[in-house]
Amino acid sequence: MASTAAVPFWRSAGMTYITYSNICANLVRNCLKEPHKAEAINREKVHFSVSKWVDGKPQKPTIRSDTPEA
Amino acid sequence: MFRQVAHRILTRSTTTYSAGAAATIRRPYSTEVVADASSGDSAFVEAWKKVAPNIDPPKTPIQYMEPRPPTPSTLPSKLTVNFVLPYSAELSKAEVDMVIVPATTGQMGILPGHVPTIAELKPGLLSVHEGNDVKKYFISSGFAFVHSNSYADILAVEAIPLDRIDQAQVQKGLSEFTQKLNSASTDLDKAEAQIGVDVHSALNSALTG
Repeated sequence: MASTAAVPFWRSAGMTYITYSNICANLVRNCLKEPHKAEAINREKVHFSVSKWVDGKPQKPTIRSDTPEA
Repeated sequence: MFRQVAHRILTRSTTTYSAGAAATIRRPYSTEVVADASSGDSAFVEAWKKVAPNIDPPKTPIQYMEPRPPTPSTLPSKLTVNFVLPYSAELSKAEVDMVIVPATTGQMGILPGHVPTIAELKPGLLSVHEGNDVKKYFISSGFAFVHSNSYADILAVEAIPLDRIDQAQVQKGLSEFTQKLNSASTDLDKAEAQIGVDVHSALNSALTG
């Protein structure tokens, strides 16, 4: 049976809940006063490397980072 | 995903248990399972002892877990709240009188003895009422789970006390996103601008209201 419940506007635009939640969180963090804003931004910094695998072998990794290159 | 969960909870509660009915076997809720933490699963222990009588049976994960506090038969006087963020626990098993959460269906008040609920939260004000104190937080989004034993778990991605909100930044964001909403072309742009407008207007009303 088809569910006819209303879909939230962001889902009908193709966005997932996680993306929506992260956008909300980033906007809220942006509206903090200093020094809490700097702490929040620091806390959310990420640094990781991702590589796609093809035929059982990892390809060249891409590094995604918010920390400045030392 | 939400609708399916709500639908399944509804069917679980209305299905009666009957030993012969293979089609709908009712599994117990976590508040009903009496987890005997010390001895573990007796059938497993028996079988182990037959095979390896000299070695102690290994502990199973359930023995390490604290059983969920059972549902009391009389209405408890306080609500136990666990208000957690990904990086910290704001309230851990705090006994309060009432919590008002910003659910997508509107502001929802949770009192002791509230019906078990799962509520998706929208950006808005959360207030924790304890006696005459009211602690307010602005939540970005999250979920609230109310269990039958008057425990409420509130999970939020970001929660900030109201005095840490920068009014000027909120006004700037609101006007910026209203402008983006008017000039947005693709669905995704419109959605993002709409989210911006929602969050900033919620922040605004939290500051003024």
